Amino acid sequence: MNREPLQVRGRVLSVDRAGEYHHLTLVAPGVAERTRPGAFVALAVGGETSAMLLRRAFSIYRAKASGVYGDTVEVVFAVHGSGTAWLADRRAADEVDVVGPLGRPFTLPTEPVPCVLVGGGYGSAPLFALAERLRERGCPVHMVLGGATERRLFGVLEARRSAQTVAVTTEDGSAGTTGRVIDVLPEVLARTGAPVVYACGPMGMLRAVAGLAAEHGVWSQCAVEESMACGVGVCMTCVLPVRDDDGLVRMVRSCVEGPVFRGERVLWDAVGTVPAGTVGAPRVGPGR
Amino acid sequence: MTTVESAGGPTTGSDVDLGVTLAGVYLPTPVMTASGCAAAGRELSPFLDLSAIGAVVTKSVMLDARSGRPTPRMVETPSGMLNSIGLQGPGIDAFLARDLPWLVERGARAVVSIAGGSLGEYAELGRRLGASPGVAAVEVNISCPNVEDRGQVFACDPVQAARAVSAVRRGIPRDLPLLAKLSPDVTDIVTVAASVMEAGASGLTMINTTLGLAIDPDTLAPVLGGVTGGLSGPAIRPMAVRCVWQVHAAMPDVPVVGVGGVRTGRDALEFLLAGAHAVQIGTVLFNDPSAPHRVAEELRAELSQRGFRSPSEVVGLAHRPPAAAPS
Ligand SMILES: Cc1cc2nc3c(=O)[nH]c(=O)nc-3n(C[C@H](O)[C@H](O)[C@H](O)COP(=O)(O)OP(=O)(O)OC[C@H]3O[C@@H](n4cnc5c(N)ncnc54)[C@H](O)[C@@H]3O)c2cc1C
Ligand SMILES: Cc1cc2nc3c(=O)[nH]c(=O)nc-3n(C[C@H](O)[C@H](O)[C@H](O)COP(=O)(O)O)c2cc1C
Ligand code: FES
Repeated sequence: MNREPLQVRGRVLSVDRAGEYHHLTLVAPGVAERTRPGAFVALAVGGETSAMLLRRAFSIYRAKASGVYGDTVEVVFAVHGSGTAWLADRRAADEVDVVGPLGRPFTLPTEPVPCVLVGGGYGSAPLFALAERLRERGCPVHMVLGGATERRLFGVLEARRSAQTVAVTTEDGSAGTTGRVIDVLPEVLARTGAPVVYACGPMGMLRAVAGLAAEHGVWSQCAVEESMACGVGVCMTCVLPVRDDDGLVRMVRSCVEGPVFRGERVLWDAVGTVPAGTVGAPRVGPGR
Repeated sequence: MTTVESAGGPTTGSDVDLGVTLAGVYLPTPVMTASGCAAAGRELSPFLDLSAIGAVVTKSVMLDARSGRPTPRMVETPSGMLNSIGLQGPGIDAFLARDLPWLVERGARAVVSIAGGSLGEYAELGRRLGASPGVAAVEVNISCPNVEDRGQVFACDPVQAARAVSAVRRGIPRDLPLLAKLSPDVTDIVTVAASVMEAGASGLTMINTTLGLAIDPDTLAPVLGGVTGGLSGPAIRPMAVRCVWQVHAAMPDVPVVGVGGVRTGRDALEFLLAGAHAVQIGTVLFNDPSAPHRVAEELRAELSQRGFRSPSEVVGLAHRPPAAAPS
């Protein structure tokens, strides 16, 4: 099947509130059938003459091919700056230019093994489609959802419907266990015996999850969020240091080679730097 | 609307032939991608027929693989962005082995952009490129302000700029067009333009990004990992149009490619009127990956509405405003 991204004029079907977040449903012909869990869309913001030229990236929450309203793609987002504020102001039938699906999706286990899915804030959004695919393969699904407050959790009810067990954490204790996902994850891993953990959320959380997974001898798949200018692989802004199959560290584009990476491959502590020894890194000493 | 210097009244779009010849290379449309904004074309192929656009100008490639700068590498600014990529790339050999053949097989015109850290590197790049089939033209990036070169930008010194160009020229076949890409961050762009033409350039690409800086009032520190960055996008279009205008006024016979903030066919027309023979699209590709096709079609409509049949009819026209325009 053709997985190449499309550029389509999407139409807003609805924008709803979900706690602190907004849930946007777009009619975007052709995108849904190409979508796999973990992929994202890049939305143009501000209309055709917008002074905001760069597309905004959002994980795909749900994608439905030929539903009642045609092909729809749904995203869940927090208002962060003026681009997301513009999106939150959209009304039904407004146009939004969509490019997607983009990026490498989550890799699925070949065996029906238990899986732990960890979402931080709106990072839980892409995990529901993943949970569905895992269940289809006979993998028992366990979810861990965390947020700063209850209003910054997304999809707790849906998680309770789709996962065998759900652990919830909030930093202020307004729901679930007081603390962070990382505080409850060891218990969940021990209880479920899961050999693989999937994670999407802030970089700090991903780093912690990947580290913990490695300690427990568990595979991790992390969907990262790097600042992106194009989303399609042409600008080289979205890079992070990743160890390749050949053992060498390269600055790789998270939009095309990610956003999902194997946790142990990312040099989490070096994100934001070009670590010494990276392929093509400047040599030390005067001159070049 | 005023119709000028045309045989008679608006034409239909199908009467306009967008084909142009730039420094000896035939391009089916005068709209190409800008270096660093299309990688080596492959990633844009889902959105564009690469063989149908003017040309694909590839990301500036250096002699060796380069990791580029630390992140953050970009920040959005009003109608533009700052970037500090640091010329991340695979190095010329990997490019010639992997990327160039892919483009050529697809029937795209490949304009290969090269950047060097020394004159020796420019010379070596020229030699390796000169020996590879399939290159439609070479664009010599002498103006990227991002290279970690202690501010020693070739393009800012007419003598060094000319040396870089002639170093490349010596390595490539005589009939292979060489475009020298200029930086706007100079006191007198015409001097640099004349100097690189003298050194063997076949034409000029104007402009590269202009140096900028963004500071985050929340962190109280510069946003970019590389501190300063190159400003691009519609924000710099007037600056680019001015550069094209000045150079065309001084050297009307020199083939010029206009680049800087082109977003619509109307913007492309503005560059042609200033004296460009073709345009490139950079930052706007990030907004609209199919822009080279869209802009070419919009340009067709703009030309047609004004009664022109070819882009070459309007090149530099703003320098010679028609005496009495029929209305
Ligand atoms: C793969 C991926 C998936 C994402 N999924 C979601 C999601 O499901 N829900 C959600 O709310 N947000 C998500 N984000 C973050 C979202 O893209 C940013 O919050 C958004 O771009 C901010 O735009 P703005 O105009 O409101 O903010 P501004 O700060 O005004 O944006 C300015 C520029 O910075 C970039 N930028 C700013 N913050 C981020 C960031 N955190 N990540 C990437 N680029 C950024 C923007 O693209 C824009 O170019 C995702 C990011 C990536 C890379
Ligand atoms: C992310 C980015 C990377 C760039 N990389 C290069 C490069 O490698 N070589 C080069 O000659 N110009 C490079 N440029 C400059 C563009 O080719 C172009 O000259 C400039 O951005 C102005 O055009 P625009 O406003 O259409 O983007 C880059 C620009 C951007 C935004
Ligand atoms: S965002 Fe442009 S290469 Fe990844």
